[in-house]
Amino acid sequence: MNILVYFEERNGQVRKPSLEAVSAAKALGASMINAVIVGSNTSAALSDAVKTSGVSKIFTVDHAWFSEYSSKAAAKAVAEVAKSSGAEVVIVPATGRGKDIAPRVAVRLGAGYVPDVTAFAANGGSIHATHPVYAGKANVQVEVTTPVKVFSTRPNLWAAPKDASAVASIEAATGSLTDMDFADRTKELALSQGKLDVAEADIIVTGGRGMKGPEHWGLIEGLATSMHAATGASRAVVDAGWRPHSEQVGQTGKTVSPSLYVAVGVSGAIQHLAGMSSSKTIVAINKDANAPIFAVADYGIVGDAFEVLPALTEAVSKIKSH
Amino acid sequence: MNIFVCVSHVPDTTTKVNVAGDGKNIDPAGVKFILNPYDEFAVEEALRLKEKNGGEVTVVSVGAESSKEGMRQALAMGADKGILIKADKSDAFSVASLLADTLKTVNADIILLGKQSIDFDGMEIAPMLAELMDLPAATVVVSLAIDGGKATVEKEVEGGKEKIELAMPCIVAAQKGLNEPRYPSLPNIMKAKQKPIQEVAATAPAARTAVVKMDKPEKKRVGKILQADGNAAGAASELARLLHEEAKVI
Ligand SMILES: Cc1cc2nc3c(=O)[nH]c(=O)nc-3n(C[C@H](O)[C@H](O)[C@H](O)COP(=O)(O)OP(=O)(O)OC[C@H]3O[C@@H](n4cnc5c(N)ncnc54)[C@H](O)[C@@H]3O)c2cc1C
Repeated sequence: MNILVYFEERNGQVRKPSLEAVSAAKALGASMINAVIVGSNTSAALSDAVKTSGVSKIFTVDHAWFSEYSSKAAAKAVAEVAKSSGAEVVIVPATGRGKDIAPRVAVRLGAGYVPDVTAFAANGGSIHATHPVYAGKANVQVEVTTPVKVFSTRPNLWAAPKDASAVASIEAATGSLTDMDFADRTKELALSQGKLDVAEADIIVTGGRGMKGPEHWGLIEGLATSMHAATGASRAVVDAGWRPHSEQVGQTGKTVSPSLYVAVGVSGAIQHLAGMSSSKTIVAINKDANAPIFAVADYGIVGDAFEVLPALTEAVSKIKSH
Repeated sequence: MNIFVCVSHVPDTTTKVNVAGDGKNIDPAGVKFILNPYDEFAVEEALRLKEKNGGEVTVVSVGAESSKEGMRQALAMGADKGILIKADKSDAFSVASLLADTLKTVNADIILLGKQSIDFDGMEIAPMLAELMDLPAATVVVSLAIDGGKATVEKEVEGGKEKIELAMPCIVAAQKGLNEPRYPSLPNIMKAKQKPIQEVAATAPAARTAVVKMDKPEKKRVGKILQADGNAAGAASELARLLHEEAKVI
């Protein structure tokens, strides 16, 4: 199986979910994995980690106009490389940008597409891709029935490849992009300053309405700092104006799959679970032993957050300082 | 402005999911259907564009007769008319193709949709439609401004927001935060019943994906729940130990 992985570039770096997609490709038993990167100066992003990520070849599509990223143009470039390299499967990370280009690539290739895949299983000659539906209340296993197949993979579920011995060769791909393809142009990327984003973080401490008010967020931040975690919020908290929407986890917020998710004073409504139930380890702190969040928790404390949080922060700091 | 909004009729968010006998779908028994919540943001934005620039808002849906219920809700909010493309929804590609076939014929200035429907949560239709119509598109949009034949949107991405300029016509998929959808007033609900919904008979192109099976996520959680019971410090240090030594996550 010949698999092409989309390497998403941001600020001169290939983002981690793309490297995780290489691991997903390996798990599918690829005989050949290539990558494609598009940008206005792609060579900047070709670090050692990227070159030794385990792909054979990295196709670079350089076009000055990509200094203003365009999903329409990027999709065309990826589809062209997929065709010319004979890819049977294209894997795009299910990031903000990836979720825009993957369906476009699928249409261009006449391929079936499964979004936001959380697991793959080989079934004879075919691939069964698992995709959570109904806000995570169910999973579907989907088979793509076209010869070429496109998937997007949920970030944080596959480990990024490490220490591959082979170094990828680099090949400039000359696509047929014209200025007409850049009908959408990204003028600016405004990142929230100095804070770890929930969508990227490996550990998240989320506060819910049980925190009673924004004035108590210092307790959430204290635990987050001790764990090097990002802070998240439930919708109730965001709607109340205690925290910005960018921190909201859930169906109408962000989907996260960190290695550790700590939910404090969060009831665990289905729309919240939709955003975090694929986290590897889930911890719940809630004074109501019957809160639905405990049904998905690996560990938990039934207790008052105002007593538990300071004690837990101290206990974690103690472990970290050893 | 000639404004189009694609809407879908989906099971209510709070629906309890039971897998049907075929093992591939949910059991529809007792399930209440609603206008897809993200589509409400799209309809609201369309109405605001019309209020500002004049023109007409048409809602478009692919589905069976029952899809009209969701469309009526959009009409009650203030949309002018509807087009129902009567066909089976087999997968996202077939829906996007059916929408594209109709929307290619109507000279839309802008096409709005919700970022995803809350049944399949796929976020596929807007980009597929855009590709099929060769149009620029933006998804997960939390603000939209139109000026001089150009749309400027803010899209939520990891760590922040992107500001994207789109040549018009274009496709914009709404995220919560774009606006506050209005509630239909009683007179408007009555009026909506009289608004025209044109029916288009269509055959869906062959699906490109097939559901093999549907199941509920297995809960294989460790489930070690400690009681603070007046000893928060004890429970906290035990939890910290478990996270460090057993789960190895801190
Ligand atoms: C279409 C739709 C989309 C939605 N999208 C989202 C979404 O993206 N994200 C999201 O989070 N929600 C979403 N919701 C809302 C969701 O249904 C819940 O309303 C919300 O998650 C509740 O937030 P909460 O758990 O913080 O608050 P509550 O439900 O009020 O729960 C507070 C919890 O805190 C506990 N508590 C109180 N005091 C203490 C204390 N001192 N110590 C410890 N625990 C305490 C309580 O026992 C309770 O369990 C959505 C809803 C709809 C209809």
